Amino acid sequence: MKPLLFGLAPLALALPAAAQDHSMHDMPGMKMPAKVAPKPAVKAKAPKPRAPSKPAPRAHAQQAPVPRDPHAGHDMGNMPGGEAPAPQSAAPADAADPHAGHDLSAMPAMAAGIPTGTDLPPGNAPPPAPASDRAANRYWGAGAMAEAEGALRREHGGMIYSKLLFNLLEYQAGAGADGYRWDGEAWIGGDQDRFVVRSEGSGAFRGGVDEAEVQALYGRALDPYWNLRAGVRQDLGPGPRSTWATLGVEGVAPYWLELEGALFLSTRGDLLGRIEGHYDQRITQDLVLQPRAELNLAAQDVPASAIGAGASDIELGLRLRYERSRELAPYLGVSWDRKLGDTAGYARRRGEGSGGMRFVAGIRSWF
Amino acid sequence: MNAMIDRRGLLRGAALAGGTAAFARWMPAWAQRVSPGLASTLPTLAGEDITLRVAHQRMTVDGRHSHAIGINGTVPAPLIRLREGQQARLHVVNDLDEETSVHWHGLILPFQMDGVPGISFPGIPARSTFTYEFPIVQSGTYWYHSHSGLQEQMGHYGPIVIDPADDDPVAYDREHVIVLSDHSPLHPHQIFLKLKKQAGYFNRRRQTLGGLLQGEDQPLKQRLQWGGMRMDPTDIADVTGSTYTYLVNGHGPGDNWTALFQRGERVRLRIINASAMTIFNLRIPGLTMQVVQADGQNVRPVDVDELQITIAETYDVIVTPHDARAYSLIAESVDRSGMARATLAPRPGMAAEVPPLRKRPIATMKDMGMDMSGMDHGDMGAGVGMNMAMRDPANAPQVRMGPGVQTIAPMVTDRTGEPGQGLEDAGHRVLTYRDLVASERNPDVRGPARELQIHLTGNMERYMWSLDGEKLSEVKDPIPFIAGERVRVTLINDTMMSHPIHLHGHFFELVTGHGDHSPRKHTVNVLPGSKVSWDVTAVPGDWAFHCHMLYHMHAGMMQVVRVRPLDGAAA
Repeated sequence: MKPLLFGLAPLALALPAAAQDHSMHDMPGMKMPAKVAPKPAVKAKAPKPRAPSKPAPRAHAQQAPVPRDPHAGHDMGNMPGGEAPAPQSAAPADAADPHAGHDLSAMPAMAAGIPTGTDLPPGNAPPPAPASDRAANRYWGAGAMAEAEGALRREHGGMIYSKLLFNLLEYQAGAGADGYRWDGEAWIGGDQDRFVVRSEGSGAFRGGVDEAEVQALYGRALDPYWNLRAGVRQDLGPGPRSTWATLGVEGVAPYWLELEGALFLSTRGDLLGRIEGHYDQRITQDLVLQPRAELNLAAQDVPASAIGAGASDIELGLRLRYERSRELAPYLGVSWDRKLGDTAGYARRRGEGSGGMRFVAGIRSWF
Repeated sequence: MNAMIDRRGLLRGAALAGGTAAFARWMPAWAQRVSPGLASTLPTLAGEDITLRVAHQRMTVDGRHSHAIGINGTVPAPLIRLREGQQARLHVVNDLDEETSVHWHGLILPFQMDGVPGISFPGIPARSTFTYEFPIVQSGTYWYHSHSGLQEQMGHYGPIVIDPADDDPVAYDREHVIVLSDHSPLHPHQIFLKLKKQAGYFNRRRQTLGGLLQGEDQPLKQRLQWGGMRMDPTDIADVTGSTYTYLVNGHGPGDNWTALFQRGERVRLRIINASAMTIFNLRIPGLTMQVVQADGQNVRPVDVDELQITIAETYDVIVTPHDARAYSLIAESVDRSGMARATLAPRPGMAAEVPPLRKRPIATMKDMGMDMSGMDHGDMGAGVGMNMAMRDPANAPQVRMGPGVQTIAPMVTDRTGEPGQGLEDAGHRVLTYRDLVASERNPDVRGPARELQIHLTGNMERYMWSLDGEKLSEVKDPIPFIAGERVRVTLINDTMMSHPIHLHGHFFELVTGHGDHSPRKHTVNVLPGSKVSWDVTAVPGDWAFHCHMLYHMHAGMMQVVRVRPLDGAAA
């Protein structure tokens, strides 16, 4: 059957041309090529006058256009062979050759200043009340349609996504022992609500973890750029393993600054704050320079954690990454940190350094 | 007359087809690498009963193999050739392990045959067959594609040509179908997830410090202004040539798909943009394109050198090559990150010069709907005041302001008289919507009873897209229409990206000053920061209404238009 169809179709394609045209008057202004000879016998019918109010031949049944001015059509003489009766003066030429003398650039209808069609202004009818019935129910059943509509809605805006990002995952070399550092987060959820796990920390290769924390957060989109983050933070590592309630925001500030600010309230009533920001400066399409800053604050002394009230420490970094692959971008850079004020005092009393410069090498990655 | 030419073309084509052996199995006959033209290639699917089998397959683009979902073993899917007035029965066999569907883009048909799972029918379950049956009441160039998941990106699209019941008013000696599309080796879900995780993932043409030092793109002052607004002026396309290969009839630029012609012939190109995400700027250097049809509807011929074809649109153009030489058909993606390329030639194996990609466009204040002073390039004196106005709910009271609405354009303009992003200074004739004038008088020339405004909204940072600030997943009520009523719909693009908006089951008349000869379309591109109005006569049923950027729709930029009563028109 199919081969037969294939074989016949070229003939079918040739057919429409064979059937001579008797509806050319519906198609004004089509420039015929010179080699297509005029067909006077047939075309002479073209300018057949027709009442202006008669709907277009292929109009749908539901449409019954009635021009507001029954004489409007007479002013549309430059519409070739259309709905308007041919103007007397132009009649002889048109009858001889329907393709001659049409001014293709002329505007229809509006020429006489009597608006019609889309030139008419909209009225102020009230919109109808929304209907609640699903039209397809009557053909395919309410159950099947309800299920399909549920899937349709989920698939068009209601999806769940997830991302795992390590902004920092690096080797650090400086005055003291070489160490490592990580700062990353994972989230899962929709556009509005997300569950976020954050973690950051550092350590020495021969001393174990210095400090580490994990946060479990509820994230909620506040506006186009900013997200609320609320949840708990658990400190790990050698120090006191405090538990904190956290509340923060993160997002994109003007000039594409990625900012994050959080408050932490411990089970012992201690209040800390943290502000962090970074910026991606594209040097070329593949090279990105990321300056980064972090400032930690404390509302009171937290002796157990060797933190003094006020600004407790600051960290500045500059990392140059190669982002040929967006997901896996190696980087090199420097990181400088310094303990401040009373926190620095705690460090000195413990015989620890108050900070310094480190060279870093790592990989920024996300999945 | 036409018939004679067609028959001659047929014989000529048969001879040529014999001489060109390179036959690619995954291509339908009309899309083989060298095509003598439809009039003479083996036809594809025609008649009252047509069977389409949707299945996984392999395809090869520029020598690289990849996975695809095709129909009857080909990407693009077979050409369906119908005749106005016939009845069509289309049996879709789903050989996938997931649901599929076929939407007949631009066809006027009963809503339950429109092919959108969840709106017009329940979908075609895995390993089952569904029969679409409807009368063909129109003629012209259309296309069909999946409306399930992201299958369209994987190759589930094909052309439809419907011959008029009477003689075709467009005279031509030969015709070719040009299906433009975008193809990625990445799975479409991966593409979408990457956009969700990093919206600028595929933009490899951002402004850089290196560029600034070399005096490229925006000067520093403007960069700071745009940075202050958190807007990236290089964000012209979400998915770009960094992953896409742009195809003509399933062939990459290197494949050099070739359409044959004979000198002096009027060659009709039926151009369909079946891309998932790519707006093309199409030109054939050396040839004037005479646009004779848009979205399947005949228009008064208009001569242009280039046209922007947005996703899901079709344009039929006539070219008349007077020299027996090769011409390049060039379709640059709107962000100029790649091109689709084909050749028009009198003989197989020829190639013409392929012009290099032109400079990529950079968005302007006009694209943000902030062209306050008539200045294009963002010399905004208002400073902070402008920032405030970027997202003023008072400018769009109906929009639900949430994280998904990044901007509300304070000063949208009608840009239907403009050639499209990046073509302002093309230096030759470029089609605009205002150039389109319907050949026939519009079937309904009543004035609209009311106006309905719909805002196109989004957040490029979070990759959220919506209508009136609501994703389809959040929408409570469909958009109500009364059957038969005439409504003026004004689409207001509050975002900095173009959105090709498609209303299923209807043609609407663009409000572009052409009265009762307004161009009738099924899809309209709303330029950034602009508005477009159209009048439509509501057809009973439930109809999908959405942005035809596949990932915008997937993100929620879709609604249902509910036209009641179902039985007959009330208005």
